[in-house]
Amino acid sequence: MSARDDILGTIRRSLGVTGQEAPRRSIVENRLAQAPRGVIPQRGQLDPQARAALFRTMAEAALATVEEVESLDKVPAAVAEYLRRGNLPARARVGEALAGLPWGETTLEVGTGPSDGRDLIAVNRAFAGAAETGSIALVSGPDSPTTLNFLPDYAIAVLRESEIAGDYESVWDRIRERYGKGTMPRTLNWITGPSRSADIEQTMLLGAHGPRSLHILVVKD
Amino acid sequence: MTSHITSPQFKENASRALVDAPLQQAMGNVRVNFIERRRAAAEKLPEFEGLRDSARDIKNHALEHLDLYLETWEQNVTKAGGHVHWARTAEEAREAVLAICRRVGAKTVTKGKSMISEEISLNTALEAAGIKPVETDLGEYIIQLRGELPSHIIAPAVHLNATQVESDFRRVHTHLDPKRDLSQPVQLLTEARGVLRDRFLAADVGITGANFLIAETGTSVIVTNEGNGDLTQILPKIHVVIASIEKIVPTLEDASQILRVLARSATGQEMSVYTTLSTGPRRPGDPDGPEEYHVVVLDNGRSSMLGTAFQDMLRCIRCGACMNHCPVYHAVGGHAYGWVYPGPMGAVLSPSLIGVDKAGHLPNASTFCGRCESVCPVRIPLPKMMRSWREREFERHLSPATVRGGLAFWSFFARRPGLYRLATRLGMGALAWFGRDKGKFASLPFASGWTKYRDFPAPQGGTFQQRYRDTRKQGARR
Repeated sequence: MSARDDILGTIRRSLGVTGQEAPRRSIVENRLAQAPRGVIPQRGQLDPQARAALFRTMAEAALATVEEVESLDKVPAAVAEYLRRGNLPARARVGEALAGLPWGETTLEVGTGPSDGRDLIAVNRAFAGAAETGSIALVSGPDSPTTLNFLPDYAIAVLRESEIAGDYESVWDRIRERYGKGTMPRTLNWITGPSRSADIEQTMLLGAHGPRSLHILVVKD
Repeated sequence: MTSHITSPQFKENASRALVDAPLQQAMGNVRVNFIERRRAAAEKLPEFEGLRDSARDIKNHALEHLDLYLETWEQNVTKAGGHVHWARTAEEAREAVLAICRRVGAKTVTKGKSMISEEISLNTALEAAGIKPVETDLGEYIIQLRGELPSHIIAPAVHLNATQVESDFRRVHTHLDPKRDLSQPVQLLTEARGVLRDRFLAADVGITGANFLIAETGTSVIVTNEGNGDLTQILPKIHVVIASIEKIVPTLEDASQILRVLARSATGQEMSVYTTLSTGPRRPGDPDGPEEYHVVVLDNGRSSMLGTAFQDMLRCIRCGACMNHCPVYHAVGGHAYGWVYPGPMGAVLSPSLIGVDKAGHLPNASTFCGRCESVCPVRIPLPKMMRSWREREFERHLSPATVRGGLAFWSFFARRPGLYRLATRLGMGALAWFGRDKGKFASLPFASGWTKYRDFPAPQGGTFQQRYRDTRKQGARR
C-alpha cells in the first residue's frame, strides 16, 4: 500500500469513518465554499479615514514608518526625500508596477527587476494593508518581485489609502476577486514592521536577515 | 534516527540543569519576558478569548475531517504545479527530502526553522549524504554550531547567554578578524547576518517548515520575525516544505483566526513580522521564486492519536506559551526533557511519538498548577492528558519501584480513614514539634530530593482534614 493510502487509511480507522459518508463530505464542501469568517476584531471596523489612522498607529507600533503622499506621481519625490533624510545613496530598485512613475524628475538612479542581493534600497507596490495590526500584504507577480521585500536593507512599500482594509478577511475577499476562488498568487507576504530577532537573551534587535527598516508610503486617493 | 533521546534520564538531566549557573541565568529571561508580553498583548484585544475558542473549534473541525481536507489540499497543491510526498515515518520523510536533493545534485541547503526537521533529525541525514545543511534562524544557527537540540520550540537558543554565543562565533567564524568586538548582542546579530547572507545566495535547495497547510488553496504558511524563512524559500531553485498532517486548516479565514492568537501567545506581538503564504512554484512571467515546490507531509504516529485520549494534542500550533508559563520548564530548561519537544506540550506529545517507555518521566514533571492550559491558545487540556499518561505508565508497570511502593503505602492508609487521620495527625504533630524553632527543615530523611533545593516548611495548625472540619463548623454557625 502506498504511504498516502496508508496514512489516509489510518486516519479513517482512527476516526471510525470510511471517507465516503455523504453528510461528512458535504460538511467539508460547504465549509470550503462558504469560508466562514469567525471572530473579527472590532478595532478595525472603522470609516476609511479612521481606518488609515489606525493602520498608521499599528504599523508604527511595529516599528515601521508611515508617510502620506498626495498622489502616485509624488511617490518618486517622496522616496528621494526619504533617502536624503536618512543620508542614504540615491539609488533604488523598484518593482515594475512603479516603473511608470516620474522617476526622471528626481536625481534617483532607478533599476527594475528582481534583486540579486546587492541592492541597499527597494521600492515595491503593496496589494493591501490591514489596519488591525498595521500589516501590509504584497503579492508576487511579473511587476512585483518578492526578492525586493527581503534582500535590501531598506524596504519601501507603496499603498493606496483605499487599499487599507480593517481586517485580514477583507483582503482575502480582494484576493479572490483578483485570482478567483481557491487560487492564490505564488507568494503572498504579510509584513508587519522591519525584520527582527530576539534569539540572543531575548533582546529585540532590528535587521536580522530581512530589511532593517520598513517605510510605507500611503497614497491619498 | 532516535539516538539522541535522553528523556529516560530526565531526572539526571534535571539535577544537572538545576546546578548549571549559565542556564539558570538564561532561564531568568524566560520567566519575566514571555509572560508579561503575552499578558499585555492578550489584554489589548477584547476578542482574544473568543478567538481562542474559535481557534480550538477550527482545529477540532479540521481533525475530525482530516482525511478529506488532506485530499483537497493535495489536489490544490498539484493544481498549482507543486508536488506532495507522503511520509509514514521519519525515515520516509528523510528519504523524500534526500531524493529531491540528490536529483538536483545539491551541495548546500538552507533551512528555515522547522520542528519537524528536528523531529526527523534531518540535518544528520543530510550530512551523512554529503549535503551541507545551513540553519538560518539565528537561534537555530547558534545551536547548530554547538551541535545541540533546540531548548524551546520558538526560541531554540533561549538557554544561552550572549557570552556563550560570542565564544561559538569566535570558534567557527575563523575567517574574521580575531580582535573584532563582539561584546554587544547587535554585533553578534550583524555577524550572523553577514555570514548567512552568502549562504542564502549560494544554496541549491531551501527547506522550510509550515505553520499551516490551507486545504482551500493548496497553500503552505510560514511565520517568522527574521525573514530567514523567506530568503530560504525564494532564492534557491527548489523549495521543500516539511510539515506534519495536523497542520491542515480548511480556509484562508481559518488560518487568519489562528494567526490572531499565535503571535500574541508566542511572543506577545500583535502579528509576527513575516507571515508568508506559498502556493506552487514560480509562475510564467515571475521574476523570482523557486522553480520547484515540494511538500513532504509527515504522519509519524499522529494518525493513530486521532480518536484517542490524546487527539486534542493535535490542535497544538507550537506557540510555546505552555513552556513559557511552566514552573518546571523555568527550573530545568528545555534540554532536560531529552528530545525535541520540551515543556508541557512535549510532556504530552513525546510519549505519543517516541513511546511512554522512553518519555514516561516527562508527564510526571508537572506540578499540575494548570498555567499551561490557562494560556494555551487552542485550549488543550494539558494537565488532564499528562494524568492520562501517568495512568498508562502505572498500568504498564513502567513506574519505578519507589513510586509504586509509595503509592501502595499511601493507599493502605487511604482506604482506612480512621488510621489515615491518626497517622497524619501523628506525622504532622511530630514534624511541627521538631520544626517548632525554625518553622522549616533544611533536610529531612526520605525527602532530600526536595530539601536539597529548598526548605521544607514545618506544618502549622493541624492537618488538612482538621482544618477543613473546623472551617465547615464555623461556616455552619454563621
